[in-house]
Amino acid sequence: MKSRSLLADIGKSFLIAIWFMVLLFPLMVMKVNVSKGVAQVQFRWNMLPLVGIAAFVLSLLWRFALEWNEKRGNDSRAGGPLAKLKALTSQYLGIAVVRKGALFILLAFALAYPFLFGMYHTNVMITAFIYIILALGLNIVVGLGGLLNLGYAAFFGVGAYTYGLLWKYVGHSFIAAGIDPGWLFWISLPLAGIIATLFGILLSLPVLRLRGDYLAIITLAFGEIFRMVMQNSGDITGGATGISLIPRPWLFNIKLTPQKAATYIYFIAIVLVLITIFVVRRIEDSKVGRALEAMREDEIACQAMGINLVRNKLITFALGAFWAGIAGVVMAAQTTYINPDSFTLWESIIILMAVVIGGTGSIPGAIGGAILLKLLPEYFRALAQYRMLIYGIAMILVIIFKPDGLIPRKRKQYTFKEKELAK
Amino acid sequence: MSTQQLQSKQSILEIENLSMAFGGLRAIDGVSMHIDEGEIAALIGPNGAGKTTIFNCITGVYKPTEGTVSIRNKNGQIEHIHGLKPDIINHKGLARTFQNIRLFNNMTVLENVMIGRHNSLKAGIFKAIVRDSSTKEEEQRVIEESYLILKKLKLDMYINETAGNLPYGEQRRLEIARALATDPFLLLLDEPVAGMNAQETKELEETINIIRDQEHITILLIEHDMSLVMNVSERIYVLDYGRLIAEGTPHEIKRNPDVIKAYLGE
Ligand SMILES: Nc1ncnc2c1ncn2[C@@H]1O[C@H](COP(=O)(O)OP(=O)(O)OP(=O)(O)O)[C@@H](O)[C@H]1O
Ligand SMILES: [Mg+2]
Repeated sequence: MKSRSLLADIGKSFLIAIWFMVLLFPLMVMKVNVSKGVAQVQFRWNMLPLVGIAAFVLSLLWRFALEWNEKRGNDSRAGGPLAKLKALTSQYLGIAVVRKGALFILLAFALAYPFLFGMYHTNVMITAFIYIILALGLNIVVGLGGLLNLGYAAFFGVGAYTYGLLWKYVGHSFIAAGIDPGWLFWISLPLAGIIATLFGILLSLPVLRLRGDYLAIITLAFGEIFRMVMQNSGDITGGATGISLIPRPWLFNIKLTPQKAATYIYFIAIVLVLITIFVVRRIEDSKVGRALEAMREDEIACQAMGINLVRNKLITFALGAFWAGIAGVVMAAQTTYINPDSFTLWESIIILMAVVIGGTGSIPGAIGGAILLKLLPEYFRALAQYRMLIYGIAMILVIIFKPDGLIPRKRKQYTFKEKELAK
Repeated sequence: MSTQQLQSKQSILEIENLSMAFGGLRAIDGVSMHIDEGEIAALIGPNGAGKTTIFNCITGVYKPTEGTVSIRNKNGQIEHIHGLKPDIINHKGLARTFQNIRLFNNMTVLENVMIGRHNSLKAGIFKAIVRDSSTKEEEQRVIEESYLILKKLKLDMYINETAGNLPYGEQRRLEIARALATDPFLLLLDEPVAGMNAQETKELEETINIIRDQEHITILLIEHDMSLVMNVSERIYVLDYGRLIAEGTPHEIKRNPDVIKAYLGE
């Protein structure tokens, strides 16, 4: 039985190998050389077996991986060195002292980071923090509310442009009045949150009745419209050239060197990340969060439980947009330069990937996903041109082998004491 | 239907000349019925008769094409509820279960019931973030209340289980628990024992009686299991092709020639 299925696997892989050899023939084997205006086709026959063998091996591996995955599901996740490691870590992290210690070390490391490493690494980390905020915000929309939003980068843009435009139009009067324009950062932070929230509500109105594919398309269009408007209202927004020389955040009128400014923004970002985690966790574990999840699970049942869907969707989009607005301001302050290209569809997709790869609905997942997707490309520059390819493959692998994400959501467990049992 | 008549019968739900058309199909055609306070009534009929559609019209999932649905609210006043949103109708004291179970599958059993208690919670977003003492107390209260409801339906050993992983019969009971959590005066059960074995059915029969007798909640149930219907209900409505063909006590319905014909075919 077993050997027969192995034989069948080999047979199938053999066919796939032949198919790939045919498919890739024009690309891998044929090569057109142009010399002296004459095109000549050169056949690199030695490539053909290479393609065949590669396709054969990969397809076999793929099939084994799928089989292993299925078996793992049946074995109810017992055994395996990875499972043991996981059990061990969760067992140790269950001890309060160990957990607090680990958190303390992590925090100490995070605080020392900009002093240990240079400005480049500090900036990379700031970007990662910005994406953590973004992923946590989108996680509210996609993970809790279950509403697909492909235009999330627009809210990020709303935040960045709030600061940028404020600088562009109010900055000179600040300077004229002798006030440090860095103040604008602190004004923009709450303002951008509010404006992005308003945009979130604005977007939620037309999509109240939509779900799934339709919702995805409308939000995608919203994102593109935002970018186009920013790009094409050159008089107001600076068009494709954007807005530059955006001031660094105010710090007691001290003139900061770029290095110190990066360190300063690093700490602002870390505080904002902590605030975001705190707030998002509290929302998740509250009446509001539960209602959002109920909506994700089943809209009809959710309504039958007396929950107002319209309000719920408004809250979902508004809450998600708020954090994107905040992240946008930090981003503008960090780069001191914004233009519409920073808020493309790809940006939205990468944030969504961070959420899905990390674990939809899971706060640690969103954090992990954002760090992974922002830090890895920075440190594997050589692979930069294959970035989208790698992201795509990673996405497929996660969806097949770990559909709940790398760090899946752990649901809150409740315990009841004897006192309540006696009631 | 005049107010007078409603009060004299002590009915708490009144459906008058209700019709529901889907395109050309009249799934419900001029149905009038009423549910009296404190009774257990049943709505039966062959497959596709329109029973679930009536539930959907009562609970606001569909807006009826014609006719009225009214309730006697907690203050004793008559009010129309047809055309209102499902959540508003739930606020007015009507709760339901679904024929094709609609639990919040990825949430825990306790959380499912806590969703039912949603409207008894007052805290908004800001209070949720600040989590002051009143919010904490409220949250704790809801957890305890939800636990007690689960205990009543013998689901307390599953509190932390993911709802979607429960056995079928338990899922049906959880739907009832969740509906009860919204504090209804009228409970609409759509095929509560579908897919249950004889033992589970017997237990649910008891549960239905307990809900009525101890919680004083009126019950209207749709069911194909005739022994349950005959045992538990005091009054039965029979629907066929969207029309009411009979109404009466189980005894009367059992020997009604129209009903027998509808069930056995011509
Ligand atoms: N949303 C809808 N759109 C179109 N037709 C519908 C819709 N809902 C119900 N129907 C039709 O209305 C008729 C009555 O359906 P309903 O679900 O109310 O039957 P039922 O009595 O509950 O049957 P069952 O015992 O099988 O649950 C059926 O013919 C069904 O196909
Ligand atoms: Mg039905």
